[in-house]
Amino acid sequence: MDGEELTEQETALYDRQIRVWGAGAQRRLSKSHVLVSGIKGTVAEFCKNIVLAGVGSVTLLDDRFVTSEAFNANFLILPDENAYVGKTVAEVCCDSLKEFNPMVHVSVEKGDLSTLGVEFFNKFDVVIIGYSSRATKKAVNETCRKLTKRVAFYTVDCRGSCGEIFVDLQNYKYAKKNPDETVECELTFSSFEEAVSVPWKPIPRRTAKLYFATRVIELFEETEGRKPGECSVSDLPSVLKLKKELCEGNSVSENHIPDSLLERLVSSNSEFPPACAIIGGILGQEVIKAISGKGEPLKNFFYFDAEDGKGVIEDISKA
Amino acid sequence: MDTQQQQSAIKGAKVLMVGAGGIGCELLKTLALSGFEDIHIIDMDTIEVSNLNRQFLFRRSHVGQSKAKVARDAVLRFRPHISIRSYHANVKNPEFDVDFFKQFDVILNGLDNLDARRHVNRLCLAADVPLVESGTTGFLGQVTVHVKGKTECYECQTKPAPKTYPVCTITSTPTKFVHCIVWAKELLFAKLFGDKNQDNDLNVRSNNSASSSKETEDVFERAEDEDIEQYGRKIYDHVFGSNIEAALSNEETWKNRRRPRPIYSKDVLPESLIQQNGGSQNCSVADDDSTVSAMPSLGLKNPQELWGLTQNSLVFIEALKLFFAKRKKEIGHLTFDKDDQLAVEFVTAAANIRAESFGIPLHSLFEAKGIAGNIVHAVATTNAIIAGLIVIEAIKVLKKDADKYRMTYCLEHPSRKMLLMPVEPFEPNPSCYVCSKTPLVLEINTQKSKLRDVVDKIVKAKLGMNLPLIMHGASLLYEVGDDLDDIMVANYNANLEKSLSELPSPVINGSSLTVEDLQQELSCKINVKHREEFDEEKEPEGMVLSGWTQAPATNGESASTSNNENVSDVTESSSGPEIASKKRSFSETQPENHKKEAENIESEDEDLMEIENPMIVSKKKKRVE
Ligand SMILES: [Zn+2]
Repeated sequence: MDGEELTEQETALYDRQIRVWGAGAQRRLSKSHVLVSGIKGTVAEFCKNIVLAGVGSVTLLDDRFVTSEAFNANFLILPDENAYVGKTVAEVCCDSLKEFNPMVHVSVEKGDLSTLGVEFFNKFDVVIIGYSSRATKKAVNETCRKLTKRVAFYTVDCRGSCGEIFVDLQNYKYAKKNPDETVECELTFSSFEEAVSVPWKPIPRRTAKLYFATRVIELFEETEGRKPGECSVSDLPSVLKLKKELCEGNSVSENHIPDSLLERLVSSNSEFPPACAIIGGILGQEVIKAISGKGEPLKNFFYFDAEDGKGVIEDISKA
Repeated sequence: MDTQQQQSAIKGAKVLMVGAGGIGCELLKTLALSGFEDIHIIDMDTIEVSNLNRQFLFRRSHVGQSKAKVARDAVLRFRPHISIRSYHANVKNPEFDVDFFKQFDVILNGLDNLDARRHVNRLCLAADVPLVESGTTGFLGQVTVHVKGKTECYECQTKPAPKTYPVCTITSTPTKFVHCIVWAKELLFAKLFGDKNQDNDLNVRSNNSASSSKETEDVFERAEDEDIEQYGRKIYDHVFGSNIEAALSNEETWKNRRRPRPIYSKDVLPESLIQQNGGSQNCSVADDDSTVSAMPSLGLKNPQELWGLTQNSLVFIEALKLFFAKRKKEIGHLTFDKDDQLAVEFVTAAANIRAESFGIPLHSLFEAKGIAGNIVHAVATTNAIIAGLIVIEAIKVLKKDADKYRMTYCLEHPSRKMLLMPVEPFEPNPSCYVCSKTPLVLEINTQKSKLRDVVDKIVKAKLGMNLPLIMHGASLLYEVGDDLDDIMVANYNANLEKSLSELPSPVINGSSLTVEDLQQELSCKINVKHREEFDEEKEPEGMVLSGWTQAPATNGESASTSNNENVSDVTESSSGPEIASKKRSFSETQPENHKKEAENIESEDEDLMEIENPMIVSKKKKRVE
């Protein structure tokens, strides 16, 4: 295999999961470096999952100062003012995460995502963008695609009880286990820009409504200059107007996107913790798959809505 | 979600969590974040190192402490103002009776074994408190909702019984590594280190003088002054050498089978081991039982490494020597424990030597430990997802949103695009003996089978009763409890040893027994049918219980049943289901359920939801009929 063996300590700690994904995958995990930006509830869940899984390092990026709003669904921030006053979200979360697994190197970087350059992203194998604007997601995705090495790129958002994960693994090879043999498979992913600009008309009618609804909200926030998630019920009329325009522009009927869904999305200003656990769990699982090269990865959107309880994969790629 | 009403339902709720392990840690965290303010949590376990990869509320410094208590303290750090009460206790303790359960609005299970799940199910039915049940294994998981009268109870569908192997496969004709493990663990290990009075199918007679009429001595008897290494070699030569040789002489057995090869210690090991490695004196520094190990003195470090025949043989002798040298006091009372390093080493080595003999591929200690210890695959992510789903269902239960109850499967591979697949819960099964009180049928030889057999194999093992009471008409045949006087106890003990037809109130063909558990407040009727003969291999218990939930999918194992019934029984556990009958069958040691999940439900019509699984639809129909 790759030479180095797991230490006795690693074998004991990771015993139960090595039985799921094997020692080879565990070794690859321990050599991987993950960048995480935007740490709210869902991303906090994700961070816990990969720190427990035993990745090599986790680098946190979130320069917001801790306010009472920040620990809403985020169990990494203890509600002790003395502990968090004057610290950024990334710094406080870093302290908590270190405790979960002393074998993982957790650290903090500062800076604005959209201005960080190629050299910065080159240090990572996995990049997770939580709660960012459409423009930032596009910019970081483009930067990652310029690197000579392949970086696994993910975005994740949770609004109320709904969530979206986007995945870009570029050209990705993985081992697929069939009953008698393991075969190598290859997938080609679209960039974020491509995946969110696909014309709506040809997309199958049964596709998760959350795909379209999220695009509407995303565009609304961008044109209004809002931060991600900064909407309220009072925005609903403008959001519905934008929906109408988008539907017309895409030659689809207006009831393509239920108003009730948009209303839920704009009016939920905090994350629903069970949804965070679920979406953060799926994202953790996908990142582990991508690093280990084992198992079919999710391509290329995942949606969860606690209302109907479904967790659905949608492949929406450029033609 | 409609927040006002929901938040007040959550705030006012009093919930009981059973289990603070893999699912439990995630669940307690998510409950606290979601706004629950009155949480009680029961768990009898203490923290182990192998928990730390997923039970994230625990740290290395907590190893050995109560899970329930440490989990409570950890969650109070980020939600200091809520109330969490922890109980470091077994949920089956009498203090957790129906009245205890009645104080809660909903019970949330994050358990690791069938027995406790069934117990909690019965208490929930008796107390009329809704239950949200869960389970995970690897990337698979499921959450189900059980509300009395509205949805099925946890026991409405039979759970897959642990796989058993025919005795002769284990004793004479193994074909898989697991057969060698079962042999090493339940025969050889038990014979050498366990209770000497336990039934054991291992041939212990010396074969040298097999033809002579004289009864030969038990090879396993060790003389006081016998050198341990010599004794070890004698056992080695007996079980891997002469026993195989004796088996080979039965030509009939090997007509269509690969013939095993007898292995003797002199062919594998040097004359004396003392000079080779300095013996066992200088190998282990700490004398804590669980850390005594044969590996260091043999230069073996990596548990994932595959040992050859010689290495396995060295480990076999060394481990056996260490048991006698360092753990003499325990010999005679030991049972195999996956956390007992020396026991795992011995069983791995013995299973590998036997595998070598039978031409079966060898396995590493790590793999052998997994098989022998019934270790369930577990990762943090699945537990987190399942915990989230439990809370979502719990909130629906609190809001009495009965139309929205779902059971949800967490899949490894998407089925109809779904990784999380909600389906409508089943209605209660009218033939369920637990929630519908339908009589059961017991076929048994009433002249030969003793009451003890019925108590052990049926009442305890099959019906999962904890404190049973058995009546025949007005006559009390058996009961357990602290408040019985000596005369009653003597009477009941005498009854246990009687065959059914000899009891003070004879139980014969057509008799009807009432079996009750006072703690579970469960009572069921068993109609007795006399039957003369039973098939030793197919009906190893010598009796057959039937009459509940066998209607759907009785014929064949049908791939479809693997989709929805299995996950919850093999969850997050450290100890597998117990063997019903030690003497005549052996337990399956590896859960094999996670293969077929839901691949068979691909369909084009995406309109149907909640009822897309054809198997579920057909079951439902059958139920309704
Ligand atoms: Zn039932």
